[in-house]
Formats: sequence, structure tokens, C-alpha cells
Amino acid sequence: MKSLLLEIFYVLAGLVSIITAVYALKDDKHPHGKETALFWFLFGAIFIVGKYIPAPIVGVMLLLMGVLTAIKRVTFGSLANAADDVRQKSADRMKNKIFIPALTIGVVAFFVAQVFKSLGGLVGLGVGALGATIIAMIMTKEKPKQFGYDGSRLLLQVGSASILPQLLAALGSLFAAAGVGEVISSGIAGVLSEGNILGGVIAYCVGMAVFTMIMGNAFAAFAVITAGIGMPFVYAMGANPAIAGALALTAGYCGTLMTPMAANFNIVPAALLETKNKYRVIISQVPIALLLLATHIVLMYVWAF
Amino acid sequence: MIKLIGVLIIVIGFIMKFDTIAVVLVAGVITGLVGGLGFVEILTVIGEAFIKTRYMSLFLLTLPVIGILERSGLRERAADLIRNMKSVTTGKVLTTYHVIRELAAAFSLRLGGHVQFIRPLVNPMAYGAAEKNFTEVDEETEDIIKGYSAGSENLGNFFGQNVFVAAGGVLLIVGTLGELGVEVTPFAVSKASIPIAIIALVYSAIQNYLLDRRIAKKLNSKKSGKPAAEVK
Repeated sequence: MKSLLLEIFYVLAGLVSIITAVYALKDDKHPHGKETALFWFLFGAIFIVGKYIPAPIVGVMLLLMGVLTAIKRVTFGSLANAADDVRQKSADRMKNKIFIPALTIGVVAFFVAQVFKSLGGLVGLGVGALGATIIAMIMTKEKPKQFGYDGSRLLLQVGSASILPQLLAALGSLFAAAGVGEVISSGIAGVLSEGNILGGVIAYCVGMAVFTMIMGNAFAAFAVITAGIGMPFVYAMGANPAIAGALALTAGYCGTLMTPMAANFNIVPAALLETKNKYRVIISQVPIALLLLATHIVLMYVWAF
Repeated sequence: MIKLIGVLIIVIGFIMKFDTIAVVLVAGVITGLVGGLGFVEILTVIGEAFIKTRYMSLFLLTLPVIGILERSGLRERAADLIRNMKSVTTGKVLTTYHVIRELAAAFSLRLGGHVQFIRPLVNPMAYGAAEKNFTEVDEETEDIIKGYSAGSENLGNFFGQNVFVAAGGVLLIVGTLGELGVEVTPFAVSKASIPIAIIALVYSAIQNYLLDRRIAKKLNSKKSGKPAAEVK
């Protein structure tokens, strides 16, 4: 039941991507309409038929998508939101009712995960998204076609970065297949004695923060540090994986708060606010980031074991 | 040691700001090659992992409805609510925004952002509160308020988002651990993300309270009755 429902949701998600491809193709003002359309078509196709075609072909499709983003041909185009005054008028008319569909997604996802435990949060997300769409359709009286248009607008806005989490997971499994984790952990093992749980927790949390600071991306750090440090020194020691995993990623976010590499969060906003010191955002975040990182270590050590 | 070349490629690629997707793919393929895998084998691992992790991209299903809500003034309504709140100090404005931002993130709503909220709304309100309460706000204090404003967006966003059961971070944790042979459900990870979300909010509220005290110490209150001329 669960896997059938999920498969249906994957097909629908694939359709969102393919509709996006169509809108990119029809966008006359898009400088790279064909290439952008190809990218989203490939992504959608992987979702719909990927399960039934040989895995190496999916791999080739992904490499092709990588080439399209590498030559900067996957871009936004000219799909437009409603004008400012139209949106403000609609906001004034709908008042707080406008939050109902938005909250439906999260509430339904939580409800399904809690009550129908066998279905899980992912089916909940799908059901919540469909429910929210229907409620919004009734409340706003927008045509279904408009939903396709606005979904495409958002996906084009988020852009190729939306496939990054999946690619990083794939990278993680390549690292595992190639034995990268063993190399890092044998390096760490020289410093850390086996069975030293506190040492492992500190190495995992600090490793996440430092690696995130270097790379500017906690997601990428998570794949590497979890394989290298988390597995042998935290999970293998019997840590609760949900707790250790959740805290490891947010330990990485403590690093995000302290690095100019995370330009989107720290440098661009400083420029946007016209601060005198371009590192002002980082300066104001360092104390709380360090305090939070220390809290992560304590929490993981006490709560995950 | 040579197997670490993929890590090196990622670090250098990210620092040089090459295309992220391409860097990750190149790092993966080269790591596979030096790890002794054949090219077809590498493609198989990538393809299988990508199919297995499709659930990470289920957020696509939410895009049409969120797009429509944006068209119908979702952000404008949220901005109205923030504008109408009765906050008297800089710190209270920032803490209130942090609460809203974190709740929104926990519900997977993209109600926030430096461009959409901090620059046009939160920073002017935080600064406005200081202006209302003190005779003269110096340049350094103005800069500090800007830093804290941007910080409230980042903190609320980062530590709230994983409370949502299908957040990108949650699914990354589930997927990465799964690839490494540790099974865990998204729901368990999202529940395990709640304590740190609350702690981050408490720390931030304390920090904002201390900011209020710091500003009050440095600047002269309008209520103290000192004339502006004496302030300098």
C-alpha cells in the first residue's frame, strides 16, 4: 500500500517537472529554453519511468543534466508572479484564511505519520500537498492550469539546486562503494581511541561544523563526515540514529552561521542591508553559533546514548 | 589517501564557485574510478541511489499550491501581521520574527528570506524601535542591529526546518544513513529535531534581550528627559 501510494506520488512529482519543462520550452523570452526544458524533462522522466529502465541509463541521464548545469543553461526565464498591488488586494480580501492551505500540508503530513504509522510521513506529505491543492483551488477559484504555471515558476526559481540532496546521497553511496569512509576513519582512529564515545561525539559535531565552514554547505559535509566519523565512532557505538543524525546536521548549520563560504546566508544579506562591515552578519552570529555547537555535543552525548 | 580526492574536488570546487551539481558529479565519478570501480559500475551506483532517494524530491508536489498562494498574497499577509505587532524594543521585534520564521520553517512554509522580509520589514522595524526609544542611534549600533536582523532569519530558518517531516535536511539524513546501512524514518528524525529548535529559539531570545540592554546602556533614553544636545 505504502509503496504503491509513494510510486503514484513520484509520478505526480515527475509530472510537475515535465510541466515545468513545457513552460520553459514555451517561454519565448527564455535565453536557454530548450536546454532548461531538457533538464526538467530528464528529471521528470527519471521520476516516472526511472524505476523500470536500467540504472546505468539513469546515471547517464544525470551526467547529461550535470553538463547542462555546468554550461549554465538551466536558468529561470520569464514566468511572472501577479503584480504587487494585485497580491496585496488579494491578501486584504483573504486575510488569515490564506494560511489554511499552507498549514494543511504540514498538519496532514504530521497527522498521517502519527496515526497511520505504516504509511509514514512521506505519504503524509503527498496527501497533505494534494489536500492543500484542492482547498486552495476552492478558496482562490484559480484554474488548474494556473497551478501548473505557478508550480513551474517556483521550480524554475529554485532551479537545478533542487536535485542536490539526491545527488549528495548518490555521492555518499559512491564514497561508501569506493571505501572513502574507511580512509577518513582510520585517520581519525589514530587520534581517537575506540570506545571513547564522548570523543566520537565531539569529533562528529565539530567535524560537521568545520567541514561545513570549509565547503559552505552542510548537506555535502554530512555525506562525507557521516561516512568517515559518524559511522565508526558514533553510530557503531550504539547511538540512536535519528537523534545523532538530526543533531549532526544542525551541528553543521552552526558552521554555516560562521563562514563567508555560505555567501547566500551571510555575505549577500550584509550587502543587501548595506552594513558598514561586510562580515557583520557573521560577527553577530559567532557567539550563538559556538554556544549552540557546544549544546549539540552535550545533547548528542546525553540523549543519543 | 588517494581515495580522498573526491573530498578535495568538492572543497576546491565549492571554494572556486564552480557549478555545484557538476562538482558533485565529477567528485563522485573520480572517487569511484580511484576506488577501483568501472565506469558502468559508477553509473549504476549513481542511478540506483538516485532512484532510491526520489522521496527526497517529493516537495515538488507542494510547489503548485505554494505558487498559487504566493500569487494570492501569502507573503503580503504575513508581512501585514508582522507590521501590526505591538513590539516596543529592537530585541522584541527580532525575537518575534524568529518565532514566526521558525514556526513557518517547521511547517515547510517559505515565509521568510533576507530579500523578502529582513531588508524591507524586519530590519526597518528593529531599527525603528531603537529610534523610537532613544534620542540618537549611532552608526555602529545601526550596523549591529542589521547583523542581528539577518541572524534572526538564519537561526529561525536553520533550526526550524528539520522539524518538518519531509524537509530536505531530514530526507538527506534518512537517505545518507540508509545508503550507509542504518535504517531510520523521516518522522523519527523530525521529532528528534524539536529540542534543538526550541533551544536555538531560547538562546536567540536571550541574545536579543542582551542586545536591548546593550543598546540601552550605550544610548540615551528619550524617557530620561535629557535634552538631545547633552547626548553628545
